[in-house]
Amino acid sequence: MRVFQILIDGFAISALYALGATGFTLIFGVSGVLNLSHGAIMVAAAVAAWAAASVLNVGTYAGALIGVGVALLTAFATYFAVVKPIQASRRIPNEEKEIFVLTGTLLWGIMIQEVIAYFFTNNAKTVLPIVEGVVEILGVRTPKNEIFTAIVCCLVIALLWLLVNRTRTGKAVLAASMNPRGVTLLGLELTNIYIVVWAIYGILAGIAGVLLGMFLGVSSYSVGPLTASAFSIVVLGGLGSVSGSLIAAFVVGYLETLTAYLVSPAYRTIPALLLLVFVMYIRPQGLLGRR
Amino acid sequence: MNNALSVALRMTLGLAATSAVLATSSAAFAADPIRIGVIAEAQAIAGASIPQAAQLAADEINASGGVDGRKIEIVSYDNHSSSADSVRAFQRAVNEDKVNAVIASYISEVVLALEPWASRLKTPFVTPGAASNEISKSVHADYAKNKYTFHGYLTSAALALSVCDAAKDLLVEKMHMKSAVIMSEDAAWTKPLDVGYEECLPKIGLKVLDHIRFSPDTTDFTPIFNKIEGSKPDVIITGISHVGVQPTVQWKNQQVPIPMFGISSQATNETFGKDTNQAAEGVLYQGVSGPGVAVTPKSVPFAENFKKKFGNYPSYAGYTAYDEVYYIADAVKRAGSTDADKLVDALEKTDWEGTIGRVQFYGKDDPFTHSIKYGKGLITGLMLQWQDGKQSAVWPKEVAKVDIKFPSFIKLSN
Repeated sequence: MRVFQILIDGFAISALYALGATGFTLIFGVSGVLNLSHGAIMVAAAVAAWAAASVLNVGTYAGALIGVGVALLTAFATYFAVVKPIQASRRIPNEEKEIFVLTGTLLWGIMIQEVIAYFFTNNAKTVLPIVEGVVEILGVRTPKNEIFTAIVCCLVIALLWLLVNRTRTGKAVLAASMNPRGVTLLGLELTNIYIVVWAIYGILAGIAGVLLGMFLGVSSYSVGPLTASAFSIVVLGGLGSVSGSLIAAFVVGYLETLTAYLVSPAYRTIPALLLLVFVMYIRPQGLLGRR
Repeated sequence: MNNALSVALRMTLGLAATSAVLATSSAAFAADPIRIGVIAEAQAIAGASIPQAAQLAADEINASGGVDGRKIEIVSYDNHSSSADSVRAFQRAVNEDKVNAVIASYISEVVLALEPWASRLKTPFVTPGAASNEISKSVHADYAKNKYTFHGYLTSAALALSVCDAAKDLLVEKMHMKSAVIMSEDAAWTKPLDVGYEECLPKIGLKVLDHIRFSPDTTDFTPIFNKIEGSKPDVIITGISHVGVQPTVQWKNQQVPIPMFGISSQATNETFGKDTNQAAEGVLYQGVSGPGVAVTPKSVPFAENFKKKFGNYPSYAGYTAYDEVYYIADAVKRAGSTDADKLVDALEKTDWEGTIGRVQFYGKDDPFTHSIKYGKGLITGLMLQWQDGKQSAVWPKEVAKVDIKFPSFIKLSN
């Protein structure tokens, strides 16, 4: 009974982590940007979906769409207002640009967090689930919303895989992650590829944020922990490796769930962080990292 | 460019300085206002009502002529729920803004950090919403030093009593419940609360089967509810304030079949219904007042005026903050002065019928010195329930409007 409970709960959480981390790692793989405003974009999506559905009464589906739309806009704003100017700047030496992007996106994330807290308070908000009610699976009372979350996450990740591996645009993105100079030599505009990647990222982070808002709820306080969890999953899986992130998401998700059920919910995140430190010692490039 | 900028900057500074001088000199012509500093969590559901309610009280007092011709002026500071920010705000309030008294915070950790500053800066200080027993125990332990601090809300010990008194009538006598699990967040205010629960629940006939304390950062409550269900209690007795929305929504989404009853500070605010998408339905929470509940003749008019002005009903700390401005004004009037020591003496003799009941403070020899008195005829607290998207009083029966009812997923064992 408890085994099934852990299996089911762990799967939903892990799938959500996977979706959140995929976009994060994709951006890094293609453009070398570690976007530390990731958590803020997810929270913005969830809070927008909540506000649209509960304050403006536009309905659950429209609310969810607005949430994803807001994440897309915020992702573009992050790229055009923060990342691109730093990358294009001649006054910042090239070797320091990464650290500038890191700091810039971190500050940008804090700004978004403060704006959310100012307008919507720092108390948690929850997005009205698209499907309500519970079903019994193997004797475990499972909210239908939890199953919905897991299915949507898997579907979106599958779609992303198809996009990257089976379409022309996707192949260009893939190529850019392997050899940016080669892609430009083939006559593809690198900036266009970056815009596509940021668009994909915005949609992924938006869906993950809205689903998280339905499943557990988020507040402006979630910004830091969400960025940190995506970051540690991506580092564990190997920076830039999408499949590594997927595996790492499930390792972290199940480790956390096991700890919460078998030890105490208070220590939930500790074993995963210890594992991260351990992996850094024996395999600094992460589980499936290339460098 | 740089030159133009610095000229503009100097001009602005100059203007600001002139207007500051003008402001102080014009203030000197009228009688000096009574200044009350309000330090609160403007971004949190429970804290946001504090400065708003204080301002409302000040506006009302000023509209009827002030205190002996002196206006009340509220100077408010957002502390971002941080102790460090609060201490800085307190110093600034006293040293620069020259306030005569301070009303601050619903978080016990913050109030405990401010208490020594009230002593050092000799400024009367009242909290509208923190609960830890330690606040008034320190006043008792070193009265000469800490007498400036007043506890304008019930101590955790009194809160536990209030919950147990209500549970005895509602759960044990009416619904024949026999067992409970305590679920509380790990924070300064819940330590004495849990001690109080552990002591009084068995006395009223509720056996405590388990006691779960969890980190206030918890986001996934599934394992906690799972563990609680495993011990099959009749009721979950809550002690939550920093969390509220997430456990409530997950309780509903997972259809945990056990009612929640106890302290849930966020549930005291009207916006809680929207924040949880009405998952709050059926949640029972302790309050000192509530919309439409005539604890005293002042309660309902205050709540309605607050809603008219700010768009929602106040949180519990709104009621207490409103009363505090009134009894500070009353104390200034009786003391005939804003001198700190005279004001403390006058505050100790407070006997004020406010929105939450009759406010009096425990004296020097009581263990909870300067905390408001709990008991019949003074303040007993209420039990309210979220029903049909509204907060309705269900206890005590003098003010109760409706009977308890639960959403369909709650399975009562008796």
